[in-house]
This record gives sequence, C-alpha cells and structure tokens, in this order.
Amino acid sequence: MSATTLGFGRPAPIAAIPGFRLTLGITLAWLGAVVLVPLAALALRPWELGLDGVLAVLADPRVLAALRLSFAAAALAALLDLPLGLLLAWVIVRLRFPGRGALDAALDLPFALPTAVAGIALTALCAPNGWLGAPMEALFGWKIAFTQAGIVFALMFTGLPFIVRTVEPVLRDMARDAEEAAATLGASRAQTLARVVLPALLPALLTGFSLAFARSVGEYGSVIFIAGNLPMATEIAPLLIVVKLEQFDYAGAAVVGMAMLLLSFMLLLLINQAQRLLRRGRA
Amino acid sequence: MSGAFRPANQDSPLLRGLLLAAAVLVALVMLVLPLAAVLAEALRRGLGVALAAIAEPDTLAAIRLTMLVAALTVPLNLVGGVAAAWCIAKHQFPGRRLLVTLIELPFAVSPVIAGMVFVLMFGAQGWFGPWLQARDIQVVFALPGLVLATMFVTFPFVARTVLPLMQEQGKDEEEAAATLGASGLQTFLRVTLPNVKWALLAGVLLCNARAMGEFGAVSVVSGHIRGETNTMPLHVEILYNEYQFAGAFAVAALLALLGLVTLAAKTLLERLAGREMGGRA
Repeated sequence: MSATTLGFGRPAPIAAIPGFRLTLGITLAWLGAVVLVPLAALALRPWELGLDGVLAVLADPRVLAALRLSFAAAALAALLDLPLGLLLAWVIVRLRFPGRGALDAALDLPFALPTAVAGIALTALCAPNGWLGAPMEALFGWKIAFTQAGIVFALMFTGLPFIVRTVEPVLRDMARDAEEAAATLGASRAQTLARVVLPALLPALLTGFSLAFARSVGEYGSVIFIAGNLPMATEIAPLLIVVKLEQFDYAGAAVVGMAMLLLSFMLLLLINQAQRLLRRGRA
Repeated sequence: MSGAFRPANQDSPLLRGLLLAAAVLVALVMLVLPLAAVLAEALRRGLGVALAAIAEPDTLAAIRLTMLVAALTVPLNLVGGVAAAWCIAKHQFPGRRLLVTLIELPFAVSPVIAGMVFVLMFGAQGWFGPWLQARDIQVVFALPGLVLATMFVTFPFVARTVLPLMQEQGKDEEEAAATLGASGLQTFLRVTLPNVKWALLAGVLLCNARAMGEFGAVSVVSGHIRGETNTMPLHVEILYNEYQFAGAFAVAALLALLGLVTLAAKTLLERLAGREMGGRA
C-alpha cells in the first residue's frame, strides 16, 4: 500500500458516514506541510555535498564521537532503566500501600517537566555542591555533572516512565492464576518469577526499552546542561547539529541528522524483529 | 517460610517491604529530588527575588511569546488531529495503518532535527531562503518558524489521545446518525464529540504543555533574540548561562508548575475518559 492510493478521487468503500474526503484532505495537508515535506528536506539536502562529501562528514572523528556517545548513552540509560522501571511498575501494580496514588502520579513527572527545566534541575542536583553530587564525590569520588555519567543520568530520568508505563498494563492484565498454578505444581517463588512472570513481561520490557532508547538518542534539552559539551568527550549528536547550523553548515548538519534517524530506525526495526521472534517462540 | 498462610503468588512481607523501600528510594532520587531542586533554587534568595526575576521585561516578553506560540499551535494541531482521528476511526480506507504510523513519526524524531528541517527549508541558505529574503518575509528566527517547529513536535498529541477511544467506540452511532440524514458536521458535533470530549481535552492539555515547554526544536529556529524570539524555556537557558540562577530557576519553577498542573488535570480527565468507555477502563 502506498501513500498515493490513499483515496483521492475515488469513493470510500463504505460511504455511510459523510465527511470522509474533507477530513482525509485536512489530514494529508496537515501531515504533508508540517511533517513530510520538511522531512524530505532532511533526506535531500545532504546530497548537495555529493556522496564523497556525505562520507567525509560521517568519517569526521568529531561526528563519529558524537554519534557513538548519543547511541551508547541512550542504550546504557535505557538498559539501566529496565530494572528500575520493572521495580516501580511491580510496586504500583502488586502492592497496596498508603501514597500509592501519589507515587503513580509522580512516575509521569519526567513526561510533564519541560526538558530545559529537567536539564537545569538535574545539573543543580549533580553539581559538585549539589544534593546528589556532593555526597557522591565525597563517598565514592564520583563526578556526575559535566561527564558522560551525567549524560546517562539525564537520559535515565527522561526514559524511566517509558519503561514503567509499558510494563504496567501488561503486569496488571497478567493472569495471576498462572503464578498460582506454577506454585501449586511445586515451583519455588524464584522459579515462578524466572520461568512464568519474566518471560510474559519480556515483550513489554523490550518495547519500553526501545521507546526509552528512541527518545534518548535525540534528547537535547535535559542533556546539554549536565553534559559539559566538550567535543570528542561529552558532545552529543543533537548538540553537534546545533553547532553545525550555527556555522551555516546546513548540509553537514543534515548529514548528522539523517545518520541519527536512519541508525535509530534500523535499531528499532531490529528490536521489533526480535520481538516478533520472541512472540512466535512463545506461541 | 514464616508459617502464616498467604496465597502462593504473594511474596513474603519482608520482601514486599524491601521492594517498596527500594521503589520509594528510586522515586525519591529520580523524580522528587529534581523537582525539589528547582523549587529550592528558585526560592533560595526568597520569594521576592524570584517574583522580581519573573517581572523582568525580557522574562515577561518570553512568557507572552510562549503563550502566543501555544495559542497558534494548539488550535491548528487540534483541527488536524481531530480530522485525522475521525477519518481513521470512522471510515474504512486502504493505508490507514500507514497514516497512523506517519502521524506518530514526530515522536521518533529528535527535537533538534524537528527544528532543523525548517531551517533547511526557510533559513538563509534554505530551499526557500532567497525567495523569502527577496520578499522580506522572515520565517526562521521569527514567529512563523517557532510555530512550525512547535507544531512538528506536538503534532501527534491530539490524534493519539482521541484515536484509540474513537476506535473503541466503533461507528454504529455515527452510521445511525448518517442513516437518519445527519450531515458530517452534525454527526461529528452531536454524536462523536460528546463521546470523546474528556479525552480530547486531555489531548489538548498535553499538546499545550509540550508546546509551552518545548526547548530543542524552538532553540534551533529561534535565533535567541531577547524580548523578541525568546520563549520561556529558551529564556531559562540564557539566564542560566549568564549565571543568573535565581531568574533561571524562577522561570523554570513556573514551567514546572505548568507541568504539574497539566499532570493533575490529565489524571482527572483520564478518570472521566474512562467513564466515556462505559466503565471499561
């Protein structure tokens, strides 16, 4: 099915409800003007440099370092968020305790806080004199702010609700009788969790991981304050795009942007495929 | 085993206590502390200083611009989002799933890229840059650019909140209305809209919160001209980089407040929208 067959000029198969052409027209105009045409600019502008030029930008050590940092930090943050998100979802769904509603609502905070606010908040928290930064440095000698660790921490903050909110509904709908059956058949609690509960949650965990990862790769506002922004060390790919645009290197910026999008789509596709295999394995 | 009876699928009280303590610790460090840090920093030198920082002319200009951008963005995305949701949920046509994917595409795109695409089109060296320059029209580094970039990042919110509900409710009622001779607009206003009004309001609020809080996308197209193209989140950055922490955190606290109010309203509306599903949610 291609976008050009979306129904212009031919009647809808079921025309019982009027207003189809008008709303489809509005939808396509809206989508085209705001999203598709602008993204086409991103896909086309890099080639002004020619293939050699595009490859030269991609081979630039500074570009490679920025891309590597953005993808590695995003993957690590999403990975570290998995146990935390699972823990929070489990507690919200399985335990009854006073303040559960408040905890539940607080889990959406990273969605609700504007990224620039999150950025300066996390920086204040992790700075050498901050509430977290000071004890971390005194106790372990760890520096968080203005290092790669700070980037991962900021991405963990923005990514956490994605894991919680994808695992939570699956956990809620999960039939408790499977656990009961396992227990009745003599499985220990640990065996039940490892063989019954965790496999059932695995697809949701993977989805949560990919959502958090996709968000984190492109994250800008919550990261740049805490990152330090040193080229080759703590400069994330979105920041490099901003730097290139400020130098009027539009095509170079577009190359970095295109590489980011293509890489993350490829990775998401891979995860999607893994999930399909997983589901088939269980069926 | 403690010996006391408990269902086989329940963990021991000790384990449950440990899990709860761990969860509270994680929530405290990762969620509560950042929010508390904003408020503490904003009020460090007293409420008077914070309010004075907000009353600065440049800050007031940033607040006005932020509200203007949201006031232009949200209605446009509301119309587009509702049209898309109605079209997809209430009609049968090939390519519907592709359309849903395309509508959600902006969520997968970095905000910086969302801003950049408009610079690539309308910037000084953009596709339409020379044409616009010859006619003295400013898109990038001006209001239109801010609105376009904000529209891009908030594009899916309305459609995404309303579409699942509309699909769940099916199209029997609309088909009945059409059979009785209602026009499309009448059907929408009298049948569909009342069924989804709370979800729609939640979508609008989320769209508005993101529009007012957006940073990366507008940062690229703004040009950072104080008092002119500086939105609130961008103003936070400028103040922060100038070491005017009281001002930066005061404006940030204002934005955080917007987020908190939106969150509370969303929770309430979700409960109301749950009733729209006939108590199923």
